[in-house]
Amino acid sequence: MADDIHRDLLIYAMNVFKDAGHLFRLAGIFVAGLLLFLVIRHFVIPKSFGQYGHYRGNAVSEVAVRPIKFAGHQSCEACHADVLDKKKDGKHSHVNCEACHGPLAMHADDPTSVKPGKLDTAILCARCHEANAAKPKGFPQVASAEHSSGLPCDTCHQPHTPAIGVSGAK
Amino acid sequence: MNITRRHLLLLLPAAGVAWKYILAGTPEAAPNYRLSDHWWGMLIDLPKCIGCGNCVRACQAENDIPDGYFRTWVERYHVSDYDIENPQVDSPDGGKRGFPPVKDAGGKNFFVPKLCNHCAESPCTQVCPVGATFVSPDGVVLVDKEYCLGCRYCVQACPYGCRFINPKTNTAEKCTLCYHRITKGLTTACCESCPTGARQLADLKDPADPIHEFLKTHSVHVLKPSMATHAKVFYNELDGAVR
Repeated sequence: MADDIHRDLLIYAMNVFKDAGHLFRLAGIFVAGLLLFLVIRHFVIPKSFGQYGHYRGNAVSEVAVRPIKFAGHQSCEACHADVLDKKKDGKHSHVNCEACHGPLAMHADDPTSVKPGKLDTAILCARCHEANAAKPKGFPQVASAEHSSGLPCDTCHQPHTPAIGVSGAK
Repeated sequence: MNITRRHLLLLLPAAGVAWKYILAGTPEAAPNYRLSDHWWGMLIDLPKCIGCGNCVRACQAENDIPDGYFRTWVERYHVSDYDIENPQVDSPDGGKRGFPPVKDAGGKNFFVPKLCNHCAESPCTQVCPVGATFVSPDGVVLVDKEYCLGCRYCVQACPYGCRFINPKTNTAEKCTLCYHRITKGLTTACCESCPTGARQLADLKDPADPIHEFLKTHSVHVLKPSMATHAKVFYNELDGAVR
């Protein structure tokens, strides 16, 4: 009796696993696919991806390598200490050089061959000092047409020490 | 195991290759600049802004921004006393060439410079489908031009309208907080050229930065705090009418 049951179970089990070969083949295909995926993934994804987060870590330094255009006032002051001295006591002491003179990193890198252009005070001064009701009330403003009747500002004001009558003013 | 000379000679090139592989993942940082030492933001001292447009011009020059596109721009607000909820805003050419006289000198008139707020929880980086934009470890929202598809999701997601598609590269563009300058110890182009000191770069991780004292002693606000973007551009004396 017990032997019969054992035999039946054995036949049953053999029938179940008779076609197991298919499963193994299927599993093999899956494993091969997974390996192929991992290999492609390894080559396609940049090394630095995920270094700091879900992005290319190298992108951070790539943004940082761009050359600068504004030298920064520290660079200017290294050579133009005389201007710094002149500006020191004037109202423009806190205005950085390149606020008026424009981006001059090229000049700072090679002062002999790259010379900054001449500035037009009529345009330059008006950018900040042309009267406008939206400007802060305490900020010195003029209606240039009435103020100087078309004369350039540096006829009277020396831009580095703008107050008239201060050393350096014409 | 004894390492003979022969073994060593075989091992060395292998070690070299392995080391090069490791180094390939390390970005070349600027000397003495450690990402983990900084958390960048900006302070905008509104009562000092004169609307001269120096920042806009400086930004365009520094970053080669095509005409008509802006990483930073200046808005002029007009708030009348009888309709505070509907301010009138103009920004002719981004304020690049200054502003014409105000139409109505009544009410309030003032300037508000705008730029990327470098949000710590930025909506723009969260929508990028390819990981092309991110908050860098030092708190600057940057775009990876190599990865950007130009799909414009981020342009739409930014609540402050700070992004655009660069017509030359067809990739997303935005303020980098002059990342190429601040990592070299310089300030941003807009801060460098601001004549009144209305814009100041701030390093929130630097205990010696004056920003900490300023934030404690002034009425400082960020734009759209209700959106919980954790913006890091701080506006001193920001008028409630500003959007």
